[in-house]
Amino acid sequence: MAEDKAVSVKVLGAGCANCERVEALVREAAAERQIDTIIEHVRDYQSILSYGVMATPGLVVEGKVRSAGRVPGKAEIATWLAKAAEAKA
Amino acid sequence: MSTVRLIISRRPAPLFGTAAAIPLWLAAYVLLAAASAWIARDLLGLDPASPLGVAVEFFLYDVPKILLPLTAVIFVVGIVRSFFTPERTRALLGGRREGVGNVMAASLGVVTPFCSCSAVPLFLGFVESGVPLGVTFSFLIAAPMVNEVAVVMLLELFGPRVAGLYVATGLLIAITAGLAIGRLRLERFVAEWVYQVRMGQGGLQDECLTWDDRIRYAAQAVRDILGRVWPYVVVGIAVGAAIHGWMPEDLLAGVMGRDAWWTVPAAVLLGIPMYSNAAGVIPVVQALMAKGAALGTVLAFMMSVIALSLPEMIILRRVLKWQLIAVFVAVVGTGIVLVGYLFNATI
Repeated sequence: MAEDKAVSVKVLGAGCANCERVEALVREAAAERQIDTIIEHVRDYQSILSYGVMATPGLVVEGKVRSAGRVPGKAEIATWLAKAAEAKA
Repeated sequence: MSTVRLIISRRPAPLFGTAAAIPLWLAAYVLLAAASAWIARDLLGLDPASPLGVAVEFFLYDVPKILLPLTAVIFVVGIVRSFFTPERTRALLGGRREGVGNVMAASLGVVTPFCSCSAVPLFLGFVESGVPLGVTFSFLIAAPMVNEVAVVMLLELFGPRVAGLYVATGLLIAITAGLAIGRLRLERFVAEWVYQVRMGQGGLQDECLTWDDRIRYAAQAVRDILGRVWPYVVVGIAVGAAIHGWMPEDLLAGVMGRDAWWTVPAAVLLGIPMYSNAAGVIPVVQALMAKGAALGTVLAFMMSVIALSLPEMIILRRVLKWQLIAVFVAVVGTGIVLVGYLFNATI
């Protein structure tokens, strides 16, 4: 699949356990739904704040903040990924 | 694929699950005393008058006696917190004057979801939106100190009076320490880059949580907090049980009693490097009190362990210069010492 078709996902968090969990959930959800994603873990505070997020972990899909301050469910993440992939296709 | 979807959509709604959990919870709570006595006396054949019998029965009774209400309260607080996002708190505090701002910040610190790993982004966001430094500190002091775990454990082990006093004095310390830090004009001891940070627009928008979402959020809070806290509860109560069973009465009256003036500051100093949360400290502290330690000394120790923690200072070191951290420790420490003396003098 072409690079520009992949869904861009950013996990915001300076390295707490919950942030790692969100990243793992995104990977699982992407694998299960077979959605091509590029995951970036943003650990720098200035960059985290630049998304308007104060509570970590945050999850950004295609530039849109989807959740902040909580660990979303895998099904929830999968829905966001699928929506973004559909919009790109 | 379609069958999987079907199963997911047929899963019972969280609302239904909560309703089903309540009677189970009540039954467990009601049967607790009888069950723990039965296990210790009949099943294990321990003499209820022997030290081992006392310790085991105490342990079996106290662990669920704390974990059960803890589960319920964390759940309820989780529902409340789903209404208070840090962004909303920040908007409420932005441009607020000192005084009113400190009171609001301390109160919001109790209900806003907070974990020490979010302390730095939260601090940056507050400063960026013009929340005064002292007001920000009122929030950062109250948030970890007055939390549901500490309150439930105090309620279960010490009763409503001590729990209420803890909450009231905890808020008072957060408010006055924040006011003092604000008056001292310490902005120059905040790392320079903090003032360059620009918070992006956007953030979390049009997130409309349904009641199912809120219940799921609260259930996750129960899993998270209980999962983190239960080992502390078990170890704390085990140590407490051992003290109850074996330590002679009044052993501590001389060392931690109310007569020696130096015990309160010593307890606060001892608490700073100790890293534990309320769950681990409170059962031990309760057992110490039963052996003659004074309430003020014990309360001061507890507050120091919870509110002045080294790990949090190390995290905050990234945005604050050491001078400001030193002032923070000195101001909050003094507040805790005063609270300790107050309790020792009046109760």
